[in-house]
Amino acid sequence: MAMDHLDKLEAESIFILREAYKKLGKLGMLWSIGKDSTVLLWLAKKAFYGHCPFPFIHVDTKHKIPAMIEYRDRVAKELDLDLIVHTNEAAIAAGMGPDKGRLACCKALKTEGLQQVVHKYAFDGLIVGVRRDEEGSRSKERVFSERTKDDAWDYVNQPPELWNQFKTDFPKGNHIRVHPLLAWNEIDIWQYIRREEIPIIDLYFAKNGKRYRSLGCAPCTGQIDSQADTLDKIIEELKHTKTGERAGRKQDQEDSYAMQKLRKEGYM
Amino acid sequence: MQEKDGLKIVIVGHVDHGKSTVIGRLLYDTESLPEGAVEKVKRIAKETGKPFEYAYLLDAFEEEQKQGITIDTTQIQFFTKKREYVLIDAPGHKEFLKNMISGAANANAALLVIDAQQGVQEQSKRHGYMLSLLGIKKVYVIVNKMDLVDYSETVFENVVKEMGDFLAGLGVHPQAYIPVSGFYGENISKHSDSMPWYKGEPILDAIDLIPGEDNIDRKPLRLPIQDVYKFDDRRIIAGRIEAGTLAVGDEIAIYPGGRRTRIESIEHWSERDAKTSASAGESTGITVRDEFFNQRGEIITHIGDTPSISNRLRASLFWLGKNPLVLHKKYRLKLATQEVECEVETILRVIDAASLDSSEQAAKIALNDVAEVILRCKDEIAFDLFDQNQATGRFVIVDGYDVAGGGIVVAAEAAAAQAVQPTFVEGTIEARGDIFDEFYYDVESYEVTKVAQHKDVYKLGDTIPTEGESFAYPDDFDIIILRDQAAVSVRDRKVTAIKPLADYHYADKPLINGRGFGIKAQSEADVKALLAENAALAADDIAGKAKFSNKWFFFNQYRRLTFYFVLCDLIKTNKHKTAAESIPRQFCV
Repeated sequence: MAMDHLDKLEAESIFILREAYKKLGKLGMLWSIGKDSTVLLWLAKKAFYGHCPFPFIHVDTKHKIPAMIEYRDRVAKELDLDLIVHTNEAAIAAGMGPDKGRLACCKALKTEGLQQVVHKYAFDGLIVGVRRDEEGSRSKERVFSERTKDDAWDYVNQPPELWNQFKTDFPKGNHIRVHPLLAWNEIDIWQYIRREEIPIIDLYFAKNGKRYRSLGCAPCTGQIDSQADTLDKIIEELKHTKTGERAGRKQDQEDSYAMQKLRKEGYM
Repeated sequence: MQEKDGLKIVIVGHVDHGKSTVIGRLLYDTESLPEGAVEKVKRIAKETGKPFEYAYLLDAFEEEQKQGITIDTTQIQFFTKKREYVLIDAPGHKEFLKNMISGAANANAALLVIDAQQGVQEQSKRHGYMLSLLGIKKVYVIVNKMDLVDYSETVFENVVKEMGDFLAGLGVHPQAYIPVSGFYGENISKHSDSMPWYKGEPILDAIDLIPGEDNIDRKPLRLPIQDVYKFDDRRIIAGRIEAGTLAVGDEIAIYPGGRRTRIESIEHWSERDAKTSASAGESTGITVRDEFFNQRGEIITHIGDTPSISNRLRASLFWLGKNPLVLHKKYRLKLATQEVECEVETILRVIDAASLDSSEQAAKIALNDVAEVILRCKDEIAFDLFDQNQATGRFVIVDGYDVAGGGIVVAAEAAAAQAVQPTFVEGTIEARGDIFDEFYYDVESYEVTKVAQHKDVYKLGDTIPTEGESFAYPDDFDIIILRDQAAVSVRDRKVTAIKPLADYHYADKPLINGRGFGIKAQSEADVKALLAENAALAADDIAGKAKFSNKWFFFNQYRRLTFYFVLCDLIKTNKHKTAAESIPRQFCV
C-alpha cells in the first residue's frame, strides 16, 4: 500500500485542485492541449469524481499547429468540456505576428490574450499547468500565486507559503494563479501518462525521425530528432537526454531573461 | 538499488557563507544539470563581466544575479545511486527569512552551512532555531570554505564546538559536521585528500545514509475534511489523509463535534483507483452511513484516537509579518483545514534567536522574532501536539491577506467559557437575549433541551422577531431582565427603550422576564414587589429561587415545547454542550 513517487505527486495535485475549487470564487483552467495541461485535466477528473466544475480556457494565438486545434475540438466534444476559446482579435487585426519580434508577439497574443479573458469573465482563480523544472522563472513560483489587476507578478515580495496553507485571500480585482504541477518533472508527466493510459496528441510521437518535445505555436516551436514513437521509447529517450525541454522554443533564446520578463507581466 | 522515496533537503545558512556554491557543486558532481545550463550561465557571466560561479546556476533571477543575493527559494532535483533528492535553496539574508521558511517548511532534512573563517553568525543561529521550530530533526552542519583556513582541523573543531553548544540549547542534535570546500569540490562528493584528519562521510554519502520517512500511516487516523461534494447522488467527503489508515466499515468520529458514523465507501473515478482502504498522503473521498451536516475544517478520526479540543492553546511561533503581532488584535488561524478567528491572549516570552535571550515583558512580537504564546480562538478547534502529529499540530496565522506567521502546538490549554454576547445594547447598558431561546422536547432521548439562537444585536428602533418555533410574544410588551438589571420596551415589534431596571415603570403592557416567561404582574406595585423579593434572594438559595419563580412566572404564557428530532444541525450552532452529550446516538434525517 505504500505510495510511490507518482502517487505522491498525484495526491498533492488533487489536494491543490480541491483547495482552489473550495476557496477561490470563479475558477478556470488553462488548457493548452499539450501534455501537461492534459494531465491536469485528468487530475481534475480524479479530484472531482468525473465532474469538472469549472470552464477550460484556450488562449488561441491563431498560430498553433493545426493538428492541435482539431484535437482540441474533438476532445472538448468527447469529454463534454465547458470550453472557452479566446483570441486577441485586435492584435491580430493590427498585424501582430512572430515577425514583429518573438517577445512582442508572445506578449500580445498570449499575455494580453490571457489578460483579456481573465477580465472578461472576472476569474478569481486560474489553474495553470506550469512546472518548476521547465525553466528558471517558473521555478520560483508559489503554488497559489497572486496577480494584480494588471496581471503583474510581484515576485520579490511573495508571501510565505508553508505547510500546504495557500494564499486564498486577496483584494477583489486581483486573481490567483494556481499551479498544481509545480513539483512534477517532464519525466513524471510522461510516466503518469503511461501509467494512467491518458490519451495524448500524437505530435509528441516521432514521425519520419522527428517529433515535438514541447508544443507551442508553429512558427516558434522546433522539432527534435528522434525515433521515439511510443510512450516507452519517449521515456527512455528522456532518461538519457541532456538537452533542456524548451531547447526548441525560440522565444526563450531571444533574451537571456526573456521568460522572466514575460512572467512578470502576466505570462502563463 | 534506487529507493522509491525521495528526500527533500533544505540548505540554510548566513548570507555569503557559500551555500549556493555548495549546491552548484553538488549538482555539477552528480551530473544533474541540463545541458544548456552551464553554457547559459557562462554566457551571462561574460555579458555582465563577472567570473563564473557555481552559485549562478541557481540564481535564475535577473535581480539576484546583479546583486548576488538569493531572494526566493528554488527547488532542484538531483539523483545519487540511492535515490532522488529535491534540494531547496533558501535565502540566507535576514530580510528574506520568510522565504527561507517557505522553503524549509517542506523539507525532511537540512544542511546548515557555516563559513569556517567567519564562524557562527547571527543568521546561522537564527536558522538553527527555525529548523527546530519547523520540526526538522535531521540536520547536517556543513563547515564551508575550509580552503581559506588551510584545511585546519583546529578551526573546524572550534566551529563544531560553538555551533554544537548553541544547537544543544535548542534541543537540536546534528547528525554530523562535515568540513568542505564548495569552491574546490572538497568533501562534496568525494573524500578530500586535503583533510585526511576527517574520518566522516562527504556530503553525498552522508545524505544517502539518511533513513527514509517514519511510518506515518500507522499513526492515529487524521483526515481533515477539505470539502463535501454533491455533484451527483453521492455525498462525498473529500480530503487528504494526514496520518493513519482508514478502511470501508471503520467506525469513525468527527471532531470537534464528536459525532460518530461509519465509512460506507471509498470513492474513485478511474477504475484502477478502486480500493477498500487508504492511508496517509492520499487525497481521498469517502461516503458515510449517517448523513448529517459535515463541513470543511472538521477532522475525521477512529473512535478512541481523540485529538485535543479547545479554544485555547500554547504555541511556539515565528513571526514574518511587516506589522508586529500584538496582543488582542484579531487574526486568523489556519490549522489543517480549520480556519478560525484568533488573538494572542498572553505572550509568555519573546526569544531573540541569535542570543537566545528571552524577554518576558513583551507586548508585541516583531518581524523575525520567535515567541511562546497562549492563543485564544473564537471557536473550539481540534488539534494535536506537534510532537504527536505534525500536520495537525502546526498552523499559520494570517494578518489581512497574507500568512504572517506560523507555529507549532506545544500544549492544549483549558477552554475558555464563551463570552456571552449581549443582545440589547444602548449606551453602557447591555442585556442578553435569552427570550429568543428555543425549547424542544427530543422524541428520541425524551429530554427537554434549550437551544440558544441569537447572534444579532438590537438597538433602539430595531425590529425584533417576536415568533420562533417555541415562542410567540405580542407586538407590544416589556422585558424585565433581572440578570442584567435592564428593562426593554417593545412597541409594534420595535425596540423603543432600553434602560436600567431601576428606571422602569409599569406601562400596562404584557411583561415577560429575561427568559421569555410571562410575569404575573398587573401594576406598578406588583413590579416593585417582584424586584424587592428578587433582590432579597441569596445567591445560593436554590429552593427560594424556585419558589420565587413559581410565584411570579408563567412558563407557558408565551412559550411552548416543540417536538423535535433533527437536533444535529442545531447542536452545531449552539454552545450548550449538555444537549450534545445527552443524545446517545445520532437520529437525524
